[in-house]
Amino acid sequence: MKMETSLPVAPKMRASTMALLLGIVVLVIASFVSLPLKWREFLSAEAVNTTIEFLRGFSPPEMATPFLERIASATLETLAMSAIGTLLATVFGMLLSLFASGRLGLTARLLTRTLLNVLRSIPELVWAAILLIAAGLGPFAGTLALAVHTTGVLGRLFADTLENCPPLSEQTLRLNGASPATAFLYATLPHCSPQMMSYVLYRWENNIRAAAILGVVGAGGLGQMLKYHLSLFQMHQAATVIIAMLVLVCVVDATSFALRRKMTR
Amino acid sequence: MTILFKSISVRHEGAAQSAFALRDLSLSIGPGEQVALIGPSGAGKTSLLHTLACALKPDQSDPASLYHLFDQDPWQLSSAERHALRSRLFLAPQTPPLPPRQRVVNAVLAGALPQWSLWQAVRSLVKPIDPARAYAALSKFNLQDKLYARVDRLSGGERQRCGMARALISSAELFLVDEPLSALDPTLAIQTLEVLQQEARTRNATLICSLHQVELARAYFPRVIGLRDGRIVFDAASNQIGDADIAALYRNREDDAPVPESPPASVATVIPRC
Amino acid sequence: MPERDPAWNGRITACVVMIIILWPMLVMAEFKPWILLDAQSLGATWQFLSTFFPPAHSAEFLEMLLYATWETIAMATAGMTLALLGAIPMTLIATERLSISRLGTGRIAAWAVAVRQLVRWLLILLRSVPELVWALLLVRIVGLGPTAGVIAIALTYCGMLGKVYADILESSDSAACDNLLRNGSGRLAAFFYGALPSSASELVSYTVYRWECAIRGSVVMGFVGAGGLGQRMDESMKMLAGDELATMLLMFVLLVACADGVSAMLRKRLA
Repeated sequence: MKMETSLPVAPKMRASTMALLLGIVVLVIASFVSLPLKWREFLSAEAVNTTIEFLRGFSPPEMATPFLERIASATLETLAMSAIGTLLATVFGMLLSLFASGRLGLTARLLTRTLLNVLRSIPELVWAAILLIAAGLGPFAGTLALAVHTTGVLGRLFADTLENCPPLSEQTLRLNGASPATAFLYATLPHCSPQMMSYVLYRWENNIRAAAILGVVGAGGLGQMLKYHLSLFQMHQAATVIIAMLVLVCVVDATSFALRRKMTR
Repeated sequence: MTILFKSISVRHEGAAQSAFALRDLSLSIGPGEQVALIGPSGAGKTSLLHTLACALKPDQSDPASLYHLFDQDPWQLSSAERHALRSRLFLAPQTPPLPPRQRVVNAVLAGALPQWSLWQAVRSLVKPIDPARAYAALSKFNLQDKLYARVDRLSGGERQRCGMARALISSAELFLVDEPLSALDPTLAIQTLEVLQQEARTRNATLICSLHQVELARAYFPRVIGLRDGRIVFDAASNQIGDADIAALYRNREDDAPVPESPPASVATVIPRC
Repeated sequence: MPERDPAWNGRITACVVMIIILWPMLVMAEFKPWILLDAQSLGATWQFLSTFFPPAHSAEFLEMLLYATWETIAMATAGMTLALLGAIPMTLIATERLSISRLGTGRIAAWAVAVRQLVRWLLILLRSVPELVWALLLVRIVGLGPTAGVIAIALTYCGMLGKVYADILESSDSAACDNLLRNGSGRLAAFFYGALPSSASELVSYTVYRWECAIRGSVVMGFVGAGGLGQRMDESMKMLAGDELATMLLMFVLLVACADGVSAMLRKRLA
């Protein structure tokens, strides 16, 4: 018996996917080509030497006590900025998410989601630069900037969580005569709050990094110290500030991780 | 009459042309009666309970149809009046509608929400305002130790009984209970049923309970309604129903086995909008 | 019946602790919302806001704006590409999925553990330093302009991508990859034929999401001199040119919305 079977034809990649991949490649090449990148400067022997000199200028990091006291106070300032900013964002995000989840009508949902998108598209640093005008130099502007940006992020995340919540518990309470507000408080909120808390803690981790650098535009904290010392070429002090930033980020990351673990237990 | 249906038809979810869940149903149930609903899965037991709870709107096309709940047509009322009507009934779905991380005390006290003001509801979340009442309800089901436990730490059977405890807290005159015993072993099932019926008797409330344990239905309920394919096959006193009737009801269906009715994928509920 | 609610004490304590921590924090953050409402501040804000309208729209401004926007996108893309070039080898080294010494014994050889730990620490270091700090330092080495931005993104995102890739690989099902390794295939082959297929969609999804973030990051880096939309925004803000700022903000929000859309489409198609 002859086995005259021919192989099945392998499915071709869709033309659109091909075009997409091609587009990505073109984008990447165009990016490298169009930017005035100074490869030569970066990779030449001279540049390497400059870099090594530069890096060597950082050690030893400044450890004098009065300076460390200033670092400690700036660290606490940064921590406070991130915490208060995240707290404000949680409250306002929660409020706005009620509208953005479609509970109060579709027009409200559309408008609120657009607002939240605008709030979260603009990075914290840009908000800080803008808010400096109203709030003046210092950590207040930074706190507000974090609050505004994070409201956009959390509002959207909360709204999505509320929309994805299984409706059985709330529906049943409503069918049995509870008002919309109480049904929300007794069914949807307990259901969604662990997830929402997790988002808040995750954002706090992010905000501590953001708070650390907002000072670059004048919003206080470690960032302002870093800019100050770098602009005066005081490398030893700058090194200490960077180390303080790293330590702060690690501590907050660890705390947030532990809290999240505890809550989802 | 607590419930009066004449030629009621109810469609499944959404589209005006979707299939009928209930066809041409007529029944009347008086206050204080205790009725069991039996039938193979897909027969329409859940749909009937949802229609009674004003979650499904009956088809309005037949001019002869009539739907009275507590002597009023709920769908002719305004939204607010219909909502007031809802606080007189209590629907307990088959899957206990309890948020996993809530504490039992709050989950049970939620039965009193229609009577509470918003302020009371919020206060109770911070510190339960009437834990003794929840305790009393739970002790009838032997769950009083779980008063402050979290719902997701309970077993399936315990959660079901918690859902029943919520019914005890509510001040409803009509209990609509969907398969309350599916996760319970036979002894526990009988005890739970007795508590439920005792409560209904004390309040002179109507109890309509869908069951797949046919023997329990016949033994404990004075009246049994058999549904098949959305129609009522028989509606009689339990001592007048013979084994032949039961066999005919379940003929060609293997589901005397405890298969929970499929979740209401095709049963749309009218969610009262804010 | 238990006399008191067991959770009540905990709640009171938590409340008190929160208040004790909150008060000094408010002081440290100089949280004085009434400042926003005092006459001088309101005046300055109003002054500034009134320049926003109408937004600047002269032809040469728009042309400059489009170029700056392209510069931002290009910075993000170039930085991400470099980050990928670095992250992929590091992930392959750091992930325990490809550990051959683990097979059969369940424990990885000591030197392999050391190498993996080292790479992980490197990744952590790279991603813990905020990208703006990298940019600040690099601007002093390579001068102003997009080079600093590209390298800063490359370094930070290398760390981020590396870590998340390793997490994704580790949380996926190891059966396919283990099987290939046990039957003698090389590590890279096992990766391509075993580990990658099951995690591919998540990996792609995360990469595209990070590209979106990189675009926002590039704008931020413009504020320390790395070029692009950010630098123009910084210049306009220093001159309190609200109209230019308004157009740039609009442009930026559009850019992010587009990137969002492209990202969603890419994720659907490639994943």
